[in-house]
Amino acid sequence: MTAILRVSNLTKQYNHFTAVNGISFEIGEGEVVGLLGPNGAGKTTTIQMLLTLVVPTSGDIEIFGKKLEEHREELLAMMNFTAPYSLLPYNLTPKEGLTVFSLLYGVRDYKEKVKFLLDEFDLAGFVNKRIGQLSSGEQMRLGIAKAFVNNPKLLLLDEPTASADPSIARELRAKILKFIGESSGAVLWTSHNMREIETVSDRIIFLSRGQIVADDTPQNLKKRFGQEDLEEIFVTIAREPLKESI
Amino acid sequence: MNLFHVLGIFYRNIILIRRSVPKLFALFGFITVELFLWGFITLWVQTLAPGDARADFILLILTAFIFWSMFVLSQRSFSVSFLEEVWSRNVINLFGSPVKMSELVLGFVLVGVAQALLAFFYITPLAYLLYALKIWNLGLYIIPFFMNVLIFGWVLGMVTIGLVVRFGPSADILAFFIPFLLLPFSAVFYPISIFPPLLQKFTFVLPTRHMFEGMRTAIIEGVIPLDSVFWASILNLICVLLGFLFFYWMLRLARIKGYLSRLVQD
Repeated sequence: MTAILRVSNLTKQYNHFTAVNGISFEIGEGEVVGLLGPNGAGKTTTIQMLLTLVVPTSGDIEIFGKKLEEHREELLAMMNFTAPYSLLPYNLTPKEGLTVFSLLYGVRDYKEKVKFLLDEFDLAGFVNKRIGQLSSGEQMRLGIAKAFVNNPKLLLLDEPTASADPSIARELRAKILKFIGESSGAVLWTSHNMREIETVSDRIIFLSRGQIVADDTPQNLKKRFGQEDLEEIFVTIAREPLKESI
Repeated sequence: MNLFHVLGIFYRNIILIRRSVPKLFALFGFITVELFLWGFITLWVQTLAPGDARADFILLILTAFIFWSMFVLSQRSFSVSFLEEVWSRNVINLFGSPVKMSELVLGFVLVGVAQALLAFFYITPLAYLLYALKIWNLGLYIIPFFMNVLIFGWVLGMVTIGLVVRFGPSADILAFFIPFLLLPFSAVFYPISIFPPLLQKFTFVLPTRHMFEGMRTAIIEGVIPLDSVFWASILNLICVLLGFLFFYWMLRLARIKGYLSRLVQD
């Protein structure tokens, strides 16, 4: 399997606090990897380093074999992301918002792309409604639609279905997996919804206090920790950080 | 340079201006009210002056007012274009996209040019109708003057947004008063000969001082003040470079210290 993302010894230190501590992992073509960990484990910092929003203290990030720091614009054009803390501009309509981001990602056939995404994510009805007037679930759908404007090869999803009801969340998961499957891309997916992560992930990385404490398939993790579900593993890891590394 | 990226920045801001009444008021309303204010002040000052100097007051003070307004507008539109991203918590989406810093700056510059031209072609006929101000009496000096005013506005815009990136959204207030820190020292409404000798030396580094001093020479003597054009342009060039480096430095610092995520949290 070709590695789309390769992270080596990545560390981020803020003064005396180490947010991410020497993590290394790979994500291959077509792979969906769940990134789990308690609050403050370093998930968001890791994603922000992958988006160049935060400069690592040390370590390397390679995407398609190229160093992110040296090929920032080229690589970011092949990636995309969505996160609940990063909304689309509230004073634009969904169509305008998607048009702006299509342009920012250099999408040439942006008109067709925007129309397709509005239809696909059931947002075409909000012609005159501003994004700020949409419900949180609708804004989240729009955020995911924005993440597909450029057919990304690497998708970073930070709690993408946090505001969705179970039915919508299931539908959105299916759509994300379908789109990413069609482009043979890869996904790094964080969530506090253990069932969601178990459903979508080929592999799960557990982070605790900035370190990777487990990296395996959901089935293998259950066997190794002797637990029936991921939630129990999560609780174990959150309470006993850095004791066991797999 | 990817023009799609620049177009994206431009399009996002133009949509907002086009349909927002408060933004349209900020563009046309304030300058209209200020034109009345300065117009009445000028008419009053004119009555105090000897008869042979009266014609100059309208031209000197109202021309200075219009170009100072263009400077403030240029700085404010540049800064507010970025602040819109902060206010709408869109900064992470923006900096996580493949847009380069130079494309971001160019997008904001184009928004500023569009707004300044709209305001200029609105206020000059209005000033002519209300106060018989013939701004074209500046002659060809109007071109370098207008250009330098806009460019220095962008420089202060870069400094403003650099400070917002560094100190967080609460620093957004800077966007609305930073130009006024320079107003007393830029010799906008009076000649530099009014300044104490030491201040005359210190203010030499301000491009605005040379622009507005040149404006008075162009109006009073009817010639293009080449030395003012030269110094204003050279100093502006240096300021553009320093402004860009400052913004780059602040952005780099924000990426090292993690300040960017604070822009969507405060």
